[in-house]
Amino acid sequence: MTLLKTLSAAAFALGLATAGSAQEDPFKVGFVYVGPIGDFGWSYEHDQGRLAVEEALGDMVETSYVESVPEGADAERVITQMALSGHDLIFTTSFGYMDPTIAVAEKFPDVKFEHATGFKRAPNVSTYSARFYEGRTVIGHIAGHMTESNVIGYIASYPIPEVIRGINSAYLAAKAVNPDIEMKIVWVFTWFDPAKEADAAKALIEQGADIIMQHTDSPAAMTIAEEEGILAFGQASDMKQFGPNARLSSIIDDWAPYYIARTKAAIEGTWESTDTWDGILPGMVEIGEFSDKVPVDVQASATAIIEGIKAGTMHSFTGPINKQDGSAWLADGETADDGTLATMDFYVEGIEGDIPE
Amino acid sequence: MDWGSLSIIGMLASLIAASTPILLAALGEAVVERAGVLNLGVEGMMIIGAVAGFSAAVTTGSPWLGFLAGMGGGMALAVVFAVLTQGFLTNHVATGLALTLFGLGLSAMVGQSYVGQKPPRMPDINFGALSELPFLGRVLFSHDLIVYLGILLTILIWVFFRYVRAGLILRAVGENHDAAHGLGYRVILTRVAAILFGGAMAGLGGAYLSLARVPQWTEGMTAGSGWIALAIVVFASWRPERVLVGAYLFGGITILQLNLQAAGMTLSPAYLSMTPYLVTIIVLVLITRSRLSRSSQAPASLGRIFYAPR
Repeated sequence: MTLLKTLSAAAFALGLATAGSAQEDPFKVGFVYVGPIGDFGWSYEHDQGRLAVEEALGDMVETSYVESVPEGADAERVITQMALSGHDLIFTTSFGYMDPTIAVAEKFPDVKFEHATGFKRAPNVSTYSARFYEGRTVIGHIAGHMTESNVIGYIASYPIPEVIRGINSAYLAAKAVNPDIEMKIVWVFTWFDPAKEADAAKALIEQGADIIMQHTDSPAAMTIAEEEGILAFGQASDMKQFGPNARLSSIIDDWAPYYIARTKAAIEGTWESTDTWDGILPGMVEIGEFSDKVPVDVQASATAIIEGIKAGTMHSFTGPINKQDGSAWLADGETADDGTLATMDFYVEGIEGDIPE
Repeated sequence: MDWGSLSIIGMLASLIAASTPILLAALGEAVVERAGVLNLGVEGMMIIGAVAGFSAAVTTGSPWLGFLAGMGGGMALAVVFAVLTQGFLTNHVATGLALTLFGLGLSAMVGQSYVGQKPPRMPDINFGALSELPFLGRVLFSHDLIVYLGILLTILIWVFFRYVRAGLILRAVGENHDAAHGLGYRVILTRVAAILFGGAMAGLGGAYLSLARVPQWTEGMTAGSGWIALAIVVFASWRPERVLVGAYLFGGITILQLNLQAAGMTLSPAYLSMTPYLVTIIVLVLITRSRLSRSSQAPASLGRIFYAPR
């Protein structure tokens, strides 16, 4: 079955892999993943969400997925195929599926679509994302305390607002506890390429980084960190098994409650086009257990940040913050509004380098 | 720009290691194509090699058995290709593509229980005083055995194509299989042998990926390396010495752009990433244009089906 599922990534016409028990006209939910479900990162967690939907709703639903779908024209074909094959609700789980999702949604007004991490909506297209940057604040705080070389390496994927937001958030949190911090950023222009991610980690270590953060989907960087005896954070998934010594904590995505709620709403007819952006408080972003390497006082201050974010007394982007060019962005005590965050295309002051186009 | 912070030595060293998987796979494919067979299943054979090598190394605790298993895995997939294309005379392109899809799926299934495990490390080679040399010590004498094996194989295949009778027969088969058949050479046997060799090399490259370069197993971890290997063969105009250059160029560009960024240099990575492919297209255009150098052309029987009436 897995074989078929993977085959379907490239030759999806061979049959969308279906799971779940057949029943009289169950509600069909489809998922499109950018990486393999076995990436143990981003796509893995989305698939955990899919399985949770099956678990929670049982015979009422039938789910299917197509993995390793490239962003762009291929995505449009896969999504179209899903809509044609009778899916009632389709989750497209990567930023680059935004335009294809909107395009297909126009042709299939009766099918409901949910696009992750994008900002374009339609009457039958909702968007949802998690406030990963809240998690970045927590791991940035830990990294600022834990680094000895004062160099944090950051493996970035594509220069989109979500990734830039993460970089800024982690940098501000690290800088707040360690003014000497320097962040070196490498853009790999892929979500999933273990060899390239590993090479990026090595290049950063070569440049003195002793803590690696990543915004890519595979645990390759964690493996390299473990090998080289430096530190890292799990991304999207816990990744503990890949770096038992290297892993300090992790940002874990939990899509299950959202997927279940949306599927239920669609079945019951209460589904509406919405924009969801949940963070640590509702549990869409979880912070993985701290490793023993994190000193008790740092664990306590990191926990205080988590509690602050939950209570709403703490925001990742609280002024005074200047943009990279020195111009003022947020005044003292001012917090960033969601609109600015959603379209963020600048580094904050102190980060070196330019965002590639 | 701050060139001072860029570690040229570290970059060259990682370039050589990073290029090894694609070098091995491309060398194998060069031999296959010189025999007149176009096997587009390199990606599939590599990933099977990666998972077979990883599982064997983890199970036995020996990286060397892992590499052997990787070669065996790639070869096993190549057997399927050989039987189909040489036995049942199927179309090379379609069969190769199917092989890639099959390999990706099969490896995902086989590899499920190996996710998150650590493979045994290869022992370091002791070069003694050589590794103490400034510059050269780290660049040339800091690698594992497989890296040197890749370079050695490049030389051996170069010699094989030029000076060894079997190599010349293989080339004859690839250039004109009817003439080779007429001369009494065994076309099918030669091609099957070449295909198996190509499978073993792709498998070895895949195993190097999962055992050394990124020591872990992740589904789909070759992420297109096999296709790059295929591009390198064309770039190299089917010559092993140029395959080496191509592999270092393709691998080197990636390493260069990652290191430039880490060193804080602002260069558009997108442009650097596409350079190898642009170069390949330019090389292709040049090859097609130059009527003078026949030796740079694709093997004349490449991808054509051979059928000998009995």
